[in-house]
Amino acid sequence: MSKKSYSFYPGCSSQKAASASNYMVSVDSMCDTLDIELNEIPDWNCCSASIGYAGGGELPRLALSARNMAISEKENPGQDIVATCAACWLATKETQERLHDNDKLMAETNEALSAAGLKVEGSQKVRHMVEVLIEDFGYDELGSHVKKPLDGIKIAGYVGCQTNRPFGIDGESYENPKYLDKLVETMGAEPIENYDKKVSCCGGALAFSEPEKSQALIKDIIESAYDGGADMIVTPCPVCQMNVEVYQNHINQKYKTNFKMPVVYYSTLMSVAYGKSGKEAGLDGQWIKAKQLEEIASK
Amino acid sequence: MTDANQQMVEQYRNNFLREVEDNVEEGGWVKMCMQCGVCSGSCPLGPHWDHPPQELFMMIRAGKRDEVLQSSSMWMCTSCYNCIVRCPRELPITHIMHGLAHYAKRLGIAPKNQPTHKFAQLFWNNLTKTGRVNELKLGLALYFMNGISEGIKTSLKMKDVGLGMMMTKRLSPMELIGGHKCKDTSGLQAILKKAEELEAARIPVAGK
Repeated sequence: MSKKSYSFYPGCSSQKAASASNYMVSVDSMCDTLDIELNEIPDWNCCSASIGYAGGGELPRLALSARNMAISEKENPGQDIVATCAACWLATKETQERLHDNDKLMAETNEALSAAGLKVEGSQKVRHMVEVLIEDFGYDELGSHVKKPLDGIKIAGYVGCQTNRPFGIDGESYENPKYLDKLVETMGAEPIENYDKKVSCCGGALAFSEPEKSQALIKDIIESAYDGGADMIVTPCPVCQMNVEVYQNHINQKYKTNFKMPVVYYSTLMSVAYGKSGKEAGLDGQWIKAKQLEEIASK
Repeated sequence: MTDANQQMVEQYRNNFLREVEDNVEEGGWVKMCMQCGVCSGSCPLGPHWDHPPQELFMMIRAGKRDEVLQSSSMWMCTSCYNCIVRCPRELPITHIMHGLAHYAKRLGIAPKNQPTHKFAQLFWNNLTKTGRVNELKLGLALYFMNGISEGIKTSLKMKDVGLGMMMTKRLSPMELIGGHKCKDTSGLQAILKKAEELEAARIPVAGK
């Protein structure tokens, strides 16, 4: 297959030494194998995720994503915008929808953008990386690059919220999307069946502001993975990954549990299966080490 | 009571539904709610809300202005979008919750000590300063948002998370000085200023 190029919106958490920098490392490795070229949107800014609404009214928040879209249209014309972060994808896609639905908001947004000499049309498709993998490649093609199948590893596909709702992946249901399980299977691992908490919320940004309430939700997500016999959890979202991974000590203390469940990205699994090194797969970024993946990567 | 709030009270008198329709993001949908309660049953933090979404919608129609706008409920929205995809009338409930929270904040009557209210404001301040979120400064601002002594206690409690993130190179102390940012910060801020002005011409802001 020939090289595929996309206008890439990496987002704040993907930056060097930020909370999902390991996600970015594995995405780069995965894209190397699949011959995907990611053209970063020059000087992109934060989308304000789903938590900017205290200080930011509707129009300023739309203007944030509109600036990224405007620069993308100018600098990376003819390419789809692709985000790896669930919130980045959602905020940008929502902005596009809102601007196309409302002429007044479109006019005001462009008036605001003109303060920096920019103009937005919202003409480029806005996609999550998972959509690119499934729609532009497909499971067969993705599977054809596997050099080291992830034999014998049982994985809970934690889809979470924002890559699933309100837009989701085409052809998938909101209550039981299958794409993550299919990706796991394609990489030679075993998806656990009937994962109760597959699309449950981890608390999102409220893991910071309402830690106890959120950790109660996170506990159920991990417990349900153990109940299904999982060795690790896989997710497509940076906030899900961090929330489910890093509070396990706190949850253990509070609930007298004994959790030590690695939480990885789909791109981590794919990089290892594609024969990349542990470092290239971002495994050194695991707070809870994914030992089974390390073993396969070092073979 | 703030000037902006007083202005809206006088303008709309007893018609709170109209006020919401005119000024709250996606507020025009509120009257479509048929009180089935699926949103309330689908909300992950719903049990903690004083008034779940279905109830807020009825309270808006009943003119319970202060009870709605001063409620901590909508600040507990995790943006999971369960309510949106399950609503039989397809109300954009998540956005209405964000809209109500913002409108209360805008009028200066949101509950001052609600933690997500504080955090959401810190997040906005953080990202608009440089155009990109500085995770270290945001984390520290969060821990210290209730003062120094509580901040030290929280920092100690969260020490293992911070150290773990540093060990795995997912957090850098270097972010305290400088850190990631947009090159054209001034352009970005000019855009936001213009957007705020345009919006303020339609909906008043407390203190301005």
